Amino acid sequence: MLLALDTSTPAITAALHDGTEVRAASTTVDAMRHGELLGPTLAKLFEQAGIKPPDLTRVVVGVGPGPFTGLRVGLVTAHALADALGLPVDGVCSLDALAVRVLAERAPDEPFLVATDARRKEVYWARYAPGQNVERLDGPHVDKPADIGWNGPAFGSGVLAYSESFSRVDSPDYPDAGQLAEAVVRGRIAVVPAQPLYLRRPDATPPTGRKPVLQR
Amino acid sequence: MTEPLVLGIETSCDETGVGIVRGSTLLANEIASSVDLHARFGGVVPEVASRAHLEALVPTLHRALEKAEVKLADLDAIAVTAGPGLAGTLLVGVAAAKSYALALGKPLYGVNHMAAHAAVDILEHGPLPQPCMALLVSGGHSSLLLVEDVTSEVRSLGSTVDDAAGEAFDKVARVLGLPFPGGPHIDRAAKDGDPNFVPFPRGKADDGTFDFSFAGLKTAVARWVEARERAGEPVPVADVAAAFQEAVADVLTKKAVAACKAHGVDDLLIGGGVAANSRLRALAAERCEAEGIRLRVPRPGLCTDNGAMVAALGACLVEAGRTPSEPEFPADSSLPITEVLV
Repeated sequence: MLLALDTSTPAITAALHDGTEVRAASTTVDAMRHGELLGPTLAKLFEQAGIKPPDLTRVVVGVGPGPFTGLRVGLVTAHALADALGLPVDGVCSLDALAVRVLAERAPDEPFLVATDARRKEVYWARYAPGQNVERLDGPHVDKPADIGWNGPAFGSGVLAYSESFSRVDSPDYPDAGQLAEAVVRGRIAVVPAQPLYLRRPDATPPTGRKPVLQR
Repeated sequence: MTEPLVLGIETSCDETGVGIVRGSTLLANEIASSVDLHARFGGVVPEVASRAHLEALVPTLHRALEKAEVKLADLDAIAVTAGPGLAGTLLVGVAAAKSYALALGKPLYGVNHMAAHAAVDILEHGPLPQPCMALLVSGGHSSLLLVEDVTSEVRSLGSTVDDAAGEAFDKVARVLGLPFPGGPHIDRAAKDGDPNFVPFPRGKADDGTFDFSFAGLKTAVARWVEARERAGEPVPVADVAAAFQEAVADVLTKKAVAACKAHGVDDLLIGGGVAANSRLRALAAERCEAEGIRLRVPRPGLCTDNGAMVAALGACLVEAGRTPSEPEFPADSSLPITEVLV
């Protein structure tokens, strides 16, 4: 029994997959309340699927890139759950998870781009090949939308928010854990260590010297 | 019922703390500090601290389990700091605690960091007298709390109106060219200094409230040092450190003792990182003795932020039969002291 979850975007998405099919899935969009909603979401999924946490055999979590605070909620939740139950925990690039949904819902027949909002007028983005499996051609990166210069099909909340910078824009907006779980079970997406992909350094600069308090 | 086995998680600032207690017996208190990562910035950078918590949490928890020689399945409850503190760092601990509680089917208590600073002393000096006065001084807080019952009734009598005492230590250390965090370095430098070298101002010392102010003191020290430097004279670091430390210890202990007398309380507890300061401890002991007040100060490792204090408060809440927190409780960076349990 696989638990898949992603909190790299405003969507808090989680799903249970028994190896054959998705047993329960939930997506809630609320950019400010990942920490409050993820726990109860998981409890509800276990109830819906009629299983208990010890029935899990594997945990997969989106490792970003994504806004840091929400991203960490998913990561630490996955690590703690896996640790408590003695399970392996794997990561997937969250943009790959969104590409899974694009492939499932839009089936583009040419290379495409996915992007999510990185705030500060930038997006997290990556480029993919068409097909059944997720094949990342470029990325993940964080850039200003206008600097990417992509004319092919583009998907995700990052292109929907900056549609003026892309020529062919379409939904879906966020990853879906049910589709992610299915892709993991079918081996259509690469798994990576469950470590955060921040892509940006913390916003801090060492002080340059003391500010005088006396007037000159 | 035997005494409850409780695991406590603390991530309100730069220390990833995991403690385990059985009732009032300390079994483990493991800390992973990111203080070295913050030193070059001259203060705690929340994002740097949050990243460090994510990395350190599970390994620190396992060190605590090994030290305590218990298994996760043995726990009766989990407690976590719900606030106050840095929003981003709190959330790492809260999300982890919720996940462990869900996976293990254990009750979860989201607790108040400040109340935990008071509750920790049950591990060292036994049950808290009811009522008792708590002076909590750290890099983030300077508060006087009237603790009627640490599980249910804690009231703030006063707090700093500007900088926390520990913050003033950090800023003065910088002025004196001493490293971050400033507390231990100023304490060490002051050992060879004259506490009466300069009568630095005691902000709000005689205003009749139980509030504190340290921003004026910090600026006064900076002005004095700069004037000296501008005159081309050497700065007597030991003397300035001693005189600054004396001003802080003087006003803290004076107000704490006054609060005890005003509320008819016979027991004073001092906690928080600044409680490690040797002059504060000595002056508090002296003044409490003169006024017939019993003084309780936990050992330094229990005064600074740690997981054992959270576990200790959790154990008190379990023993008092309090209802665990709802699973959707948020991390609250400005959680008021009136909410001991969220």
